[in-house]
Amino acid sequence: MVSPAHEPTGVPLNAHKDQVDAIWEALRSVMDPEIPVLSVVDLGIITGVELSPEKSVIVRMTPTFAGCPAIRLMEKQVGEAVEQLGYQHVQVETDFSVAWNSNRISDRGREIIRDFGLAPPPKHNGEPDLDRLQHTECPYCASANTTLKTPFGPTLCRSMHYCFDCLQAFEQFKPV
Amino acid sequence: MNIPHKSVPIADLHREPLRHLLTALADDHLILGHRHSEWTGLGPILEEDIAFSSIAQDQMGHALGFYTLLHEHLGAPDPDIHAFTRQETEFSCCQLVEWPIGDYDFSLTRHLFFDLAAGLRMETLSLSSFKPLAQLATKIRGEVKYHMFHAKTMVNQLGNSNDETARARMQTAINRQFGLALGMFEPRLGEQILDDAQIAPIESKWRERWLEALNAVLDGSGLHIPDPDRIEPVYGGRNGYHTEYLQPLLNEMTEVFRLDPQAEW
Repeated sequence: MVSPAHEPTGVPLNAHKDQVDAIWEALRSVMDPEIPVLSVVDLGIITGVELSPEKSVIVRMTPTFAGCPAIRLMEKQVGEAVEQLGYQHVQVETDFSVAWNSNRISDRGREIIRDFGLAPPPKHNGEPDLDRLQHTECPYCASANTTLKTPFGPTLCRSMHYCFDCLQAFEQFKPV
Repeated sequence: MNIPHKSVPIADLHREPLRHLLTALADDHLILGHRHSEWTGLGPILEEDIAFSSIAQDQMGHALGFYTLLHEHLGAPDPDIHAFTRQETEFSCCQLVEWPIGDYDFSLTRHLFFDLAAGLRMETLSLSSFKPLAQLATKIRGEVKYHMFHAKTMVNQLGNSNDETARARMQTAINRQFGLALGMFEPRLGEQILDDAQIAPIESKWRERWLEALNAVLDGSGLHIPDPDRIEPVYGGRNGYHTEYLQPLLNEMTEVFRLDPQAEW
């Protein structure tokens, strides 16, 4: 198993790479409770996994939105997933030292989001252009003949849109 | 949130001014977030109900972020305890955020005024020499962009409305709370010290940029601001002087918490 390309600080000195990879793999079983088919790894909120020579593990996370109500649940599930591999000292730390943005969602994550019925966020160069929200590609029929109904939605990370071609309301995972 | 101990050293000289800055930011977001949440279920249309509820949720997250910095770096109590157990006079929110939600035009205008300022503040603070604040501000900045996108869209629609009443109500809402809005920029204790250390600018710099940005936002909306030099800013909030509306709000906000402050949720 290869670690995701966006994993910046995964492998500390002296750690066995395959063990760290096994931890990343285990984290793929932890899903975002708001999009229960998308793992925390593909969502890009895991910013680091460290395994010390004494076999204690630190998993670092960053929230998608500062007010994300799911973060505590995900911390707990992340900790449990690592403990199931047999590690006894597992610490999950959430902070803003790496700020999440929607570019951190993996390509595989984007496919999963689309299959789930949401438009994935377009990639951007640091600053998303919110005017592009007016013509978000419809996840059902791929038309760009759409309009933004509201930049807010049923969860903090979604906006609401309407497609004039297939006459469907749809949601987008917002670019941030 | 799981809070590890990772306080960074802060010079003694900067501690009090930084405490004032962070408390003002935290309290503003907490109180306005609570006010916005009062639109849940009451919005004039479903989309606005959702918008105000979402912004409220964001602002609770921002308040938590600021209270967490106070806790980690400046010895303040745990964020929940800090937010929910202080007396009215210990709050340093500006008076703008305390006012009841009123009609939709009042709340929308307040949302525009506040988020425009918040966006500018976060933009500057994302470059703060106090790194933990810079990181948090970077995070918040991306979220406030959506708040402003929303505020601009709605203000423009209502300002350019064919319905003369809608336009007039928006203009009245702007005029009515302009002094309160200027009160967001009440000078903070020790603000020059933080400015010198490139931690945060003095409030008058933010005020100046806010006025420029506000004129730009309203350009083309058919709405305008009063002459700021002829409006008295409503000060006092930063020093614990509040309107009659804050204490009842605090009572309501803390009602459940006070039943059992140690409860695990």
